[in-house]
Amino acid sequence: MTPTPAATEDPKRLAEFEARIARGDTIEPKDWMPEKYRRQLIRMMSQHAHSEVVGMLPEGNWITRAPSLRRKMSLLAKVQDEAGHGLYIYCGAETLGVDRHELVSQLLNGTAKYASIFNYPTLTWADIGAIGWLVDGAAIVNQTMLAKASYGPYARAMVRICKEENFHKRQGFEIMSLLSAGTPEQRAMAQDALDRWWWPSLMMFGPHDKDSPNSGELLRWGIKQKGNDELRQRFVNLTVGQAKAINLTIPDPKLRHDAETGNWAFGEIDWDEFWRVVKGDGQCNRERLTARRKAHADGAWVREAAEAHAAKRARLESVA
Amino acid sequence: MLGHRLSEWCGHGPILEEDIALTNIALDLVGEANLLLGRAATAENAGRDADALAFLRDVREYRNALIVELPKGDFGFTVARQFLFSVYALHQWEALSTSADDDLAGIAAKALKETRYHVRHSAEWLVRLGDGTDESHGRVQDALDELWRFTGELFLTDDVEQALVKQKLAVDSSSLFDAWKRDVTDVISRATLRMPGDVYMQRGGRSGMHTEHLGVMLAEMQVLPRTYPGAKW
Repeated sequence: MTPTPAATEDPKRLAEFEARIARGDTIEPKDWMPEKYRRQLIRMMSQHAHSEVVGMLPEGNWITRAPSLRRKMSLLAKVQDEAGHGLYIYCGAETLGVDRHELVSQLLNGTAKYASIFNYPTLTWADIGAIGWLVDGAAIVNQTMLAKASYGPYARAMVRICKEENFHKRQGFEIMSLLSAGTPEQRAMAQDALDRWWWPSLMMFGPHDKDSPNSGELLRWGIKQKGNDELRQRFVNLTVGQAKAINLTIPDPKLRHDAETGNWAFGEIDWDEFWRVVKGDGQCNRERLTARRKAHADGAWVREAAEAHAAKRARLESVA
Repeated sequence: MLGHRLSEWCGHGPILEEDIALTNIALDLVGEANLLLGRAATAENAGRDADALAFLRDVREYRNALIVELPKGDFGFTVARQFLFSVYALHQWEALSTSADDDLAGIAAKALKETRYHVRHSAEWLVRLGDGTDESHGRVQDALDELWRFTGELFLTDDVEQALVKQKLAVDSSSLFDAWKRDVTDVISRATLRMPGDVYMQRGGRSGMHTEHLGVMLAEMQVLPRTYPGAKW
């Protein structure tokens, strides 16, 4: 994307646009939109697409070690779905006038972000369960809200993606549930995975609204419908009961039910850890980017061959 | 085996579309393996299921052709192997779809549809790479030359197979060679590649004489069921 100087928008068009958002209209690719709206959407959609692609790595790590044929098939299907989501959202972002290759190069040169959670390592098979249950679970809470986003192509992508994510979450929960009811070693594996993935999952909703630089604008323009804290609370409320149902303990001594609000109150997130991982010092930040860069570099000759072949075919067809 | 090898590409493909396609083919192949091993377990009737056959047999008990256990190599190697194997599989499944064993015929009919796509996908890539750049041409030619010595084994038959052929349950693998050779020659020539010359054909997979690669692959694949005996996943 060529950086556009912060445009001064025509106040009349901006007012009309904001009135449309307020009425709940859906904005479509050919509609007028403020430059900042376009840029925010490109940022969010590309981050989302990158997250799907990078997210294939920690889970892909366990495909060759999945413990049964059925689990291997489910995990293959899940990771395939994620690649599909990535592709689908990249295409959605292209409706905003940006090229997918440009977005990918921003990921590879480290200027674009992806979900920080994938910078944590998958150490045991239970991590595959925990990711499905918690990470996909948190993503669903977020994406259910995004399915009502004001930008049509993004909202529609989210509707479709949410359906598949629900399936992934069920699979993850089923893995955790079996482990928890399994041998003592399996049970310990499940609890350990919950201990390690719980807090990073809560961090997926982003900083407190008061510390979130983009939230205000995103809310005003209907790209987001709810704040980070409200969504995080919703996720906690949903998940506490699920953990109880499979006899696992959420690693938060401050977790308690607040009768007044009906919410599950929880302890403070370690924001130092959050910012450290966002800024590149999680255990796997370098590994994930290195893996993507290597795949891209190793695939260069393949992409060149495909282009060369297509050009040859086009020449032959134009002669014929 | 081949599904496992393909799945190693997941997240590391040359373009996102290929991550999807290779994972999709891997999924088909693991699905076919699951059905075949399930049928084998029923035939064996010794209390083992498909997972036991996949995860609790060691190298010498595995009966796969050597070509599928070779490491994935570069994308050219993966494409060339997939193509050579899928054309073989296509003819094998076609013949098995009329097996006297209803289960096997059913599995074959399902797999045949999937394999048509695998052949088309790998043949398209073989042509693209063969008739792409000098580099891609060289890489995929090297892959074909390297793989060729593992193709002969696919068409060997033995007493077990012959016994099944008599009962109209299985097909004589050697009878598939001509059709395979014809299809493969056609695509290799469209890809502007050269047919590899005659070489000594390696064999051994069907009698459990594998390459060194299989043990390493099984160590990875079987780690959980081996470490936690009796656990359910």
